Formats: sequence, structure tokens, C-alpha cells
Amino acid sequence: MGVNDMFGYYLDLALRSFKRHRVLTALMVMALGLGIGASITTLAVLKLLSGDPLPQKSARIFAPEIDPLTAASTTKEDKLFERWGNLMTWTDAMNLLHARKAERQAVMALASSKITTATPGQHPFFSDSVVTTSDFFSMFDASFQYGSGWSAQDDENRAHVVVIAGFLNDKLFGGANSVGRILRVNDHDYRIAGVLKPWAPQPRFYSVNLGGRGYGKGDALFMPLQAAVADKVNTQTVNCFDSGIDADHLETAPCVWVSTWVELANASDAGAYKTFLSNYVAQQIALGRFHHPGVALPDLMGFLAQQRVVPDDARMQTNLAFGFLLICVVNTVGLLLAKCLRRSREIGVRRALGATRGAIFTQFMVESGMVGIAGGVLGLVFAELGLWAIRHQPAEYASLAHLDVSMFIATFVIALIASLVAGLLPAWRACAVAPAPQLKSV
Amino acid sequence: MDIQPIFAALRKHRIPAALIVLEIALACAVLCNAVFMIGQRIGEIRSPNAIDEQGIVDINVQGINPDTANADIPRDLATLREMPGVSAVAALNMMPLGNNSWNMNAATSPDQLQSKDTPNVAEYLFTRGGPDALGLHLLQGRFFNDDEYADSKLGSNYLPDAHAALVTQSLVRRLWPDGNALGKSLWIGKNNRYTVVGIVADVLRPDTNGGENAHFLSAFFPVSPAAGMQDYVVRSASQDRERIVRDGVQKLETLSPSVVVEGHSFTEIRDKYYANARSMVWMLVLVCVVMLAVTAFGIVGLTSFWVGQRRRQIGIRRAVGATRAHILRYFQTENFLLSSAGVAVGMILAFGINLYLMQHYQTTRLPWYYLPVSAIALWLLGQLAVLGPALRAANVPPVVATRDG
Repeated sequence: MGVNDMFGYYLDLALRSFKRHRVLTALMVMALGLGIGASITTLAVLKLLSGDPLPQKSARIFAPEIDPLTAASTTKEDKLFERWGNLMTWTDAMNLLHARKAERQAVMALASSKITTATPGQHPFFSDSVVTTSDFFSMFDASFQYGSGWSAQDDENRAHVVVIAGFLNDKLFGGANSVGRILRVNDHDYRIAGVLKPWAPQPRFYSVNLGGRGYGKGDALFMPLQAAVADKVNTQTVNCFDSGIDADHLETAPCVWVSTWVELANASDAGAYKTFLSNYVAQQIALGRFHHPGVALPDLMGFLAQQRVVPDDARMQTNLAFGFLLICVVNTVGLLLAKCLRRSREIGVRRALGATRGAIFTQFMVESGMVGIAGGVLGLVFAELGLWAIRHQPAEYASLAHLDVSMFIATFVIALIASLVAGLLPAWRACAVAPAPQLKSV
Repeated sequence: MDIQPIFAALRKHRIPAALIVLEIALACAVLCNAVFMIGQRIGEIRSPNAIDEQGIVDINVQGINPDTANADIPRDLATLREMPGVSAVAALNMMPLGNNSWNMNAATSPDQLQSKDTPNVAEYLFTRGGPDALGLHLLQGRFFNDDEYADSKLGSNYLPDAHAALVTQSLVRRLWPDGNALGKSLWIGKNNRYTVVGIVADVLRPDTNGGENAHFLSAFFPVSPAAGMQDYVVRSASQDRERIVRDGVQKLETLSPSVVVEGHSFTEIRDKYYANARSMVWMLVLVCVVMLAVTAFGIVGLTSFWVGQRRRQIGIRRAVGATRAHILRYFQTENFLLSSAGVAVGMILAFGINLYLMQHYQTTRLPWYYLPVSAIALWLLGQLAVLGPALRAANVPPVVATRDG
């Protein structure tokens, strides 16, 4: 018999054995399926939560972090950066923006903007919006369906232009090209400069420390920072670190409320930019504005780790699910062992008829592999059920919980590995069965 | 009962026995930690909150024109107060467990403000009638009087220029450990000093992420109607809540078509806030149940197998006079011994996992009583799982001993 024939024969033997031990087999498949279903469900969620929002360029996007606290405060830098990240005072953000030491740079804050429609009788509504500067769109790879963003000149001129998301364009203009039309935002008129194609990085890295949502369909409205601030936009997050706060003049207040991002031509330019940042801080210390020399420049993924974007609960659930999978595998080992020891006689006969130990081993490994594949199929069903349940949870990432191709493949890889590991001990016990005593008692 | 023969038999089946011990140990370790997490989450979900949660409705209004706010808000409040069943109304800057949050650092002296040790405190501002509308529970002192509301304008530093404040019991404990807070000064920044006129039972903050004991650090200030007071709290009997939300929203929308009005009962706000914790609890419960079921099936499978293997031996014992009860007890004792070994290993594992979680996540030490409880649970589970195979063993007729094979 050739190798292929042998494999076919083992498959046939495995199927026969499944038929003979229906309950045991069902239990094994069930246990593996449950363990795999739980693991894949939690892994899919964890992967969704900890994904790279800009895979093509995240290594070149950096978050400059500086410490504006007063002389009296001696907060540990790492804790400060963990809390505030790249939040800055208006002055510092504008200084870094205008220094233009990076390929691209943008300053931003979040706001909830009131949009008043022209339709009589229709109620105004509030939309998540980003107030930012011109490089935002090119830096974060947001592409346009109609029109374009605004220019750096528009920023300085406080031009009243906006970019809207496709879904807002659908809602307001039925998806038509709305470039050039006027939108009433926070009781001021803005001209629509562009409409974005669907753009919603997950997690929404730029909003995590600005008080926005971390996941979901994305922001609806993008406005020039200077113009919006001049119109007294209410930004989502204002953290003040000294007294003398004047909410009407946040540009000079001792408060951090805007964040800064930079894009460098190469990831290796980070050292140079960090030096620039340290020099800037040293200069501010000399001017008496700053008191703490610490700076940091995490890249995008480093920033997400620092900000603890992935909730602890999601990691704990994944750990727990893999603990559960381990329990299921140990169970499968036990059940497989029980099954193969029951078949000691059959093994004895096969050995006496000339089957090598290797052949017996292979036969049992094929059998456990099949249990694994069946467990994988069942696991997939459980994972789909689990993700369906998660999609009905109120969490903001809930609607995004789906199995993608890689998780689909991972399901079978994990199932196969789990079942083969589970099969090792029983198969080894099986091939250790000596032919003679078994034959004697027949 | 003599357990010597059991040990002898187990030695012959070392691998299956070790597998059962391992299964129980893993189940015990995971169960302890999962049940502990469930307990922590349930504790969070049940956090006390000394307001009238059942009777409160929040009507949130966004987009009030700042220039006319001081006239619009009293008009809105008057409209809401006239609705049947309403017992009190007030305007607030934020709701407990809501998604809008005003916080500041507070101290007992300007000097203390210079140190880092000043607690971050939630800053609640409300208009006249606020304590009644929320259902605050006064422990000491008094609520604000009319003058204190009328004289208090909201400044551009987000603080009212009143001179009176109410503080929660937890804040008293944090700032005045001797408990004497009435009449003392509460400083916010170098320029704002407030006299504590009353102490109220603990009220939750909008976001409770200020660390373990920060959920209840709140202070309340009187304020006259101003832009920024965007939550109208309406109190009624709990059965009137839905109607008040519906009618209140509709009335305010008619009054000022340019604002965006949303209404919720407080119980909805609370449910939404703890929704994630609640789904975590359900997920953990589900995993525990399924895990216990899988472990039980594993024990059933292995025990059935070795009952089958030992049919002849059992028959012999029956033939020489062992009763069914003897056989049953034999397997139950055997399982008890295996479970005990599993629980012992599992407890060590459980503490190991707990130590790991304490290092990597915000988890506290596993209280000792989780161990005996989960040990009992696993003993019971083992006994339950072994019952079927053991009964089958007990039913082996003595005549099997005489058969060959």
C-alpha cells in the first residue's frame, strides 16, 4: 500500500471507531469545539481592539509628548504621559505645528457640533467632529470621494470650510456631490470643501485621549481648528494644571486640550525629531514657561499601548478562554486515552498481523486530527454564536466583531494543534501495547 | 472504609488518574479566579448611590443659546415642574454616571494645593431645588439657602462664585480624617474658597475611573441658571418616569426648536454605565458553567472506561460478598481522593494565576474563602460525575466473575 492508501485506510478506521464510540467521540468534539469557540471569539475581539489602525504607515506616525506642569508638581513623567499622552497647551501645539520639523504635522481636538439643516421643521442634531489642521487628511490617509481638504493657508486665515464624512453626506444630501454647499455648524456658516470616502480607523487612535470614542463608524465632521476656536467651539477635553483658568481664552490658559501628531519620512528620523523636541523643551525652560525636561515620542502603536486602549477586560477574557481551551484539551486527552485503551485488543490484532508501532501511532494521530477538524467546525459555529452575542452587546466596538479570513484559518490551526497535542499521549500508549497478551485473551 | 485497595488500583491506572487530577486542578484554578472576578464586577454594578435613583429622570438639553440661558433655563424648569406627578426639578451641569464630567483638584488650604496629594473631585453644580430633585441624603449641617443660589454666578473658570459647598462623606474622610468638616474651607485653586455647610451620603461620579476609592469624591455647589447647566433633573414617583421623559422632551422641543433634547430615566443611565461590567459577568458565568460541564463529562468518560475495564474484578468482589453499596462507595471514595488531590494542586494554581493578574491588571488578592467554596463545588461535581459509572459498576452481577474474559 502506498502512503496515500494507508492514509485513506486510517481515515476509514477512524470513521469506524467514531461510529462504534459515538458518545465518547461526540463528547470529545463537543469539548474541543467549546474550547475553540471561546478562544476564537475572545481572540477575534482582542484582535479587533488591538489592531493597527493605519497599517501602511503607523511606524512613521509619532505622538510628541511634553510636560507643561508647574514647578511645584513633580508628577512622574511616565504617569503624566500615560494620562495625557500628546495633549498640549495651545501655545506648544502651535509652536510645534509652525516649526514644521516633520514631514507632516497636525493639531487636533474633538467637539460635538450642532448641525442645523435648512429643512424647515427638522430638528438640529449633534455630530462628532474633529477640529484640526490641514495635514490631518494626508497624514492619516483619509481619502476623498468629492473635493479635497483645506490648505495650511486656510488654517491661518480661519477660513470657514469643512470636510464631512460620507455618511453625513448621505444623511444631508442623499449622497450627492455637496462640495461648495453651505453647512450651518454651531450657528456659523461653513462651505463644504470635501466629502470623505468611508474612513474609520479602528481603534480611533487620535481620539482616545481627547475624550472621543475608541471604535465605531468614525467622526462626521472635520473643521479647521483656528476657525472653530475663533467661533468658540466647545472642545471635549480640557485638563488644567494651574489656577487662573479662563474658559473664554483657552489659548492662553494653563490647560492642555489639543493633541499633536507628526509624520516622519522614515521611522529612523524619530531620534532627530526627539532631539528637536528636547531642545524645544529646554528653550521653554529657559524662558521660564516649563519646569520639567522630560519628553517622549512613541510611535502610533506605542502610543496605543501607553494609553491602554485595549481594555483589561478583553485581555482577561482571552486569557480565561485559553485557560478554558487548556481544560478542554486535557479532557480530550482523557477521553481519547479511554477510547484507545478500550481498543487494546484491536491494536494487538493489528500488531500481530504486522503493523509497526509507527503505523499504530499514525493511525491514532489521524483519528485525533479528525476529532480536531470536527472540533474546529463546531468551534466555528460556537465562535459565530459568540460573536453574534457580542454584536448585541452595548460596547462601542460591538458591531465590528466578525470573523475574518485569518481568524477562520486560525480556528482550524488551533483546533488541529490542540487535537494533535491531545492525541500524542493516547497514541503513544496505544503503540506501546504489546501484541501477545492481547491475543491470548481473545 | 479501607482505602488501601483504592491506592493500589490507582497505581495501576496512573495516567487516567493523573488526568482526572489535572482536570480538577485546572477547573479549580480557573473557577476560583473567574468567580472572584464575577464578585468584583457585581460589587461594582451594585455600588451604592445616595440619590433617589428610582424616581429621577434626566432631560438633557444641548445647544441652549448662552446669551439667553439665564432666562431659558428657569422657563424650562417651570414647564417641567407643572407636569402632573413632578415633585421637584433643578438644572445640573452633569449627572452621576453620565458622560459629561467636570472635575477639579480640591484641598483644605492653598498650601496643600501646591502638593501633589490633592484629590481629584467631581464638581456638581445645581440650581435651586437641586438637593430635593436629586434626593440627596443630608447627614450633617444644612442644604443651601436661597441667597446662596441667587448670588452664585458661574465664572469662566468653570467655578461658581458662591461661598458654600456640600461634600460627600467619602470626601470628608479623604480631606478631614478627623471627620470635622462643617464650617471648614474647601479650596479649589488659589482664588476659590468655599465653606462646607453640609455633609451628604456618598453620590457616584460621572466617570468612576479615578481609582479604587475615588468613585465617591464629590462636592456640590449652588449656582444660578447659566449656560452649561444642561441636565434637567425631574423627580417623581417611579411609575411616572416613562411618561415624564416622553412628555418632558416633547414640551421642551416645542418651547425651543433649536435645541437638542434627550430624556432618560436614571435607571437607564445606570444600566448603560454598567452594561460592559454586566456582559463581562454573564460571559464569566457562561464560561464557568460550560467549563464545569466539560470537566464533569471528562470525569464521566474516564471513570466509565475504567469501570468497564474492571468489570471482572468487580464481579469477583461481588461474588466474595461485597454489596452494591460497597462498590458504589468504592468509586465515590476513589473520586473523592482524586478530587482532593486536584483541589490541592488547583489552589496553588489559583493563587499563582491571581498573583499574575495582580501584577498585570487591576486585581486585588483572592480572598481565602474562595478556596473552600470552590473545593466543595468541585467535590460535589466529582461525586455527581462519578455517580453514573459507579452505579453501573454496582450493578455488575457477581456471575461476571465466573465468565472468562
